[in-house]
Amino acid sequence: MDFTFLWETFLHLLSGVPLTLNLALVSTALGAMLAVLLTAMRMSALPPLGWASQFYVFVFRGTPLLVQMFVIYYGLGQFRPVLQSWGLWAFFREPYWCAIFALSLNTAAYASEILRGGLQAVPHQQVEAARASGMWGFLLYRRIILPIAMRQALPAYGSEIILMVKATSLASVITMLEVTGLAAKLISQSYRAVEVFVVAGIIYLALNFAITRLVAFIEWWMSPHLRPVQTASSGAALQHA
Amino acid sequence: MLEIASTTPVVSVRNLRKSFGALEVLKGISFDAQGGEVISVLGSSGSGKSTMLRCVNMLEVPTEGEIRIEGEAIRLKSGRYGRQPADPKQLSRLCTKVAMVFQSFNLWSHMTILENVMEAPVHVQKRPKAECREEALELLAKVGIADKRDYYPTHLSGGQQQRAAIARALAMRPKVMLFDEPTSALDPELVGEVLRVMRALADEGRTMLVVTHEMGFARDVSNRVIFLHKGQIEEDGDPSDVFTAPRSERFRKFISSHG
Repeated sequence: MDFTFLWETFLHLLSGVPLTLNLALVSTALGAMLAVLLTAMRMSALPPLGWASQFYVFVFRGTPLLVQMFVIYYGLGQFRPVLQSWGLWAFFREPYWCAIFALSLNTAAYASEILRGGLQAVPHQQVEAARASGMWGFLLYRRIILPIAMRQALPAYGSEIILMVKATSLASVITMLEVTGLAAKLISQSYRAVEVFVVAGIIYLALNFAITRLVAFIEWWMSPHLRPVQTASSGAALQHA
Repeated sequence: MLEIASTTPVVSVRNLRKSFGALEVLKGISFDAQGGEVISVLGSSGSGKSTMLRCVNMLEVPTEGEIRIEGEAIRLKSGRYGRQPADPKQLSRLCTKVAMVFQSFNLWSHMTILENVMEAPVHVQKRPKAECREEALELLAKVGIADKRDYYPTHLSGGQQQRAAIARALAMRPKVMLFDEPTSALDPELVGEVLRVMRALADEGRTMLVVTHEMGFARDVSNRVIFLHKGQIEEDGDPSDVFTAPRSERFRKFISSHG
């Protein structure tokens, strides 16, 4: 086995990690904001908003992300005059923004369903107790419903973040040189597909290991009520010492 | 004894009707709860007693009729799905005068016991946090769980959770307290600790509406008993009268079957 080649490949692919993380984090953040909007539409009392949200989820969850990326990157080029007149061409001209756009729209569909599940699983009794205490509207959501819903949605959302890190590899097909893009380029030069892709896989594994631990820590931190009682009391003892 | 204040009931229920679809659960209920009255609401399952209690603070919106809190009628409007509260701000303000203790405690699971008790005073009533904290600690001491203030609800026994829920209700400085079968979800050996707290509240002269199956509480602690049957008030009076000489044959049977 050629360890020198593996090491050089590793160092080379490592230079793609910033772009991989950039794509994943920016699109996850934008997607999360869009997801909140979609969920609010879905749960609203106005049926047309709910239908629009359901249709959005149907389309973006029902078609491959790769197809969405192609449609945005190659397809929108046909509408260049329109996009130019709207001042959006500078945006859709860049493969980076096309990738961000596709990834964000895609994750928003999944995240809105995760958030909806979390909201619907909020115990009805706790909401009643809040209403009986005079809470309503935004205060009820901010203090009771959202904190409980977020805790319930977090495990599923952690999986979605990991899926997003892996999904950034698709951006390589629209010329982005993130980890997979660099790997593909390296293979076309060296013809050593197995070594290069194994190293790429290890890098993704390491990234996702770190993210898994981070999400697990956030879950632990947000759920003191699910920990054994000793933790709560010893924590309290420290606090009052 | 003539007191001007006593002429305005704390809770006034007029011609209350509530239907769920075709099923009419409450068929025209009217009564007043004066300040200091401890009213036990009795009735067999399905008589509508919990629904009646839940209508007082609009957890169920009455199909017909009117609820007044200290003389102020809760405003309702007709919507697409029947009547609904017309003014959330008014409802919120009146709800803080009407505290509720639930059968299954319904403490907020993501907050400590102290945070549960401080929540409504700080965030709904907008009172100073330090003052609310001090009062919350006093209330937790009063119900005997001051040492549990930093625990989460899941870490407490049912009796402790219900006492925390009573402290949470008291923290709003309510004018009337609603208890919806507060001991029904408790193990028998935990019932006593909750009843002791409720008896202490009654002795303080608090206005209480208590839906219960505890005949001992109805007989010894409350000063008025309302018996519901099929959505109507069948018996209403002083416990010493109604338990010894019930006018209603159904209430007589109810007492004998519940000991």
